[in-house]
Amino acid sequence: MYEGPIQDLVDELSRLPGIGPKSAQRLAFHIVKADPREARRLAEAIIQAKERVAFCRECGNVAEGDLCRICRDPGRDPTTLCVVEEPKDVVAMEKAGVLKGRYHVLGGAISPLDGIGPEDLRVKELLDRVEQDGVTEVIVATNPNLEGNATAMYVAALLKPAGIRVTRLASGLPVGGDLEYADEVTLGQALEGRREI
Amino acid sequence: MPLFKDQGIVVRQHKLGEADKIVTILTQGSGKIRAVAKGLRRTKSRFGARLEPFTHVSLLVHRGRGALDTVTQAEILSAHRTVREDLALLTAGEAMLEAVDRVAEEHERNVRLFLLLLSGLRVLDASPADPAAVAESFLLKLLSLSGFHPALTACAVCGNPAAALFSSGQGGAVCDGCAEHGAGPVAPEALSWLAGVARADLADAGGMTPPDAVRREARAMLYGFAEYHLERRMRTLPMLARTPLPAAVVP
Repeated sequence: MYEGPIQDLVDELSRLPGIGPKSAQRLAFHIVKADPREARRLAEAIIQAKERVAFCRECGNVAEGDLCRICRDPGRDPTTLCVVEEPKDVVAMEKAGVLKGRYHVLGGAISPLDGIGPEDLRVKELLDRVEQDGVTEVIVATNPNLEGNATAMYVAALLKPAGIRVTRLASGLPVGGDLEYADEVTLGQALEGRREI
Repeated sequence: MPLFKDQGIVVRQHKLGEADKIVTILTQGSGKIRAVAKGLRRTKSRFGARLEPFTHVSLLVHRGRGALDTVTQAEILSAHRTVREDLALLTAGEAMLEAVDRVAEEHERNVRLFLLLLSGLRVLDASPADPAAVAESFLLKLLSLSGFHPALTACAVCGNPAAALFSSGQGGAVCDGCAEHGAGPVAPEALSWLAGVARADLADAGGMTPPDAVRREARAMLYGFAEYHLERRMRTLPMLARTPLPAAVVP
């Protein structure tokens, strides 16, 4: 539709997730109109992200180099591991800022319906780490849905016989939510996991 | 009818966009439907756990113009929580859901299939001794319901009761005279175990564990037969085959 470079840009942008042809067109024209330095910064950031970001050898999180920031930090307790599905979940947990231990990214969750079994996840690496680092507690922070729960049960069944404390993030009412809109399953779990105040 | 009420069982979910999901639901009155649940992945979603797979829900659905409907309200009738909290029950349950998803037609009422799935999940929810046997019995009943009932007690071609070979393509057990290329020999114990779970109530099937060798052979036959006739590789079956089994029950 357009000539040469601008059409190439529109085509490339529209391959990105969630970007349709119209959005791609809008972004392309924004870039063309913008300051050349701004466009160069964007191009540079994309290349750097692709070339320098790798996965951490220890935990599987995104990292710059061999180990990620958290695994490099000697102040983080290596005997507590928090197991999550994706690197995005590490970021979410870090925002909460409560965990003093380290992470282990599985790279997904067990889902028989999608043909994803335990052997497709970084479970073996988890067992190796638990053995080598003298881990005493594993906090399973997989998503509170069907696949996440199945994964949590599987991990617990593997680690419990070795005498390791396996805990699961609590399920319950979201802060700021209304009781009357809570569903029975969530409310039931919130009641079971209630705490003394 | 742009807005309709029905009850259904959530069969599976797919992610859609930023925070939505497409849920596949087997309804009582409209067969399988695929509907968008807006905001389902947000922690403060108004649907919460109501549209998780295995949940039996009462629904208010907005019929879309295309293939997708939209869920506007959902109330839990039964959450089948036990099924979700045990790996063996979950694997058996997912095998049921996958088979149902395969045979159900969109917007085509199939009350018997709905009731079969509901009773299957109820049986699993009561923690049977052998959940995989319940799933295998369920699979046989589902095949019968869909018109693929395997012959297990006599030759599928001529009715000769001395059938000691098995061929998925010919419809089950076959005798020496009728067997075509591809039919393999089977132990009579494996055939009679399959015939037993096919006949039994789903609840009773959960207590019918044969010796390991019989089970292995019966499974190879049943899984092969199911995949042949459902014309698809079933992703849940390899995991179902790996679930640990209880000790054999001597009748």
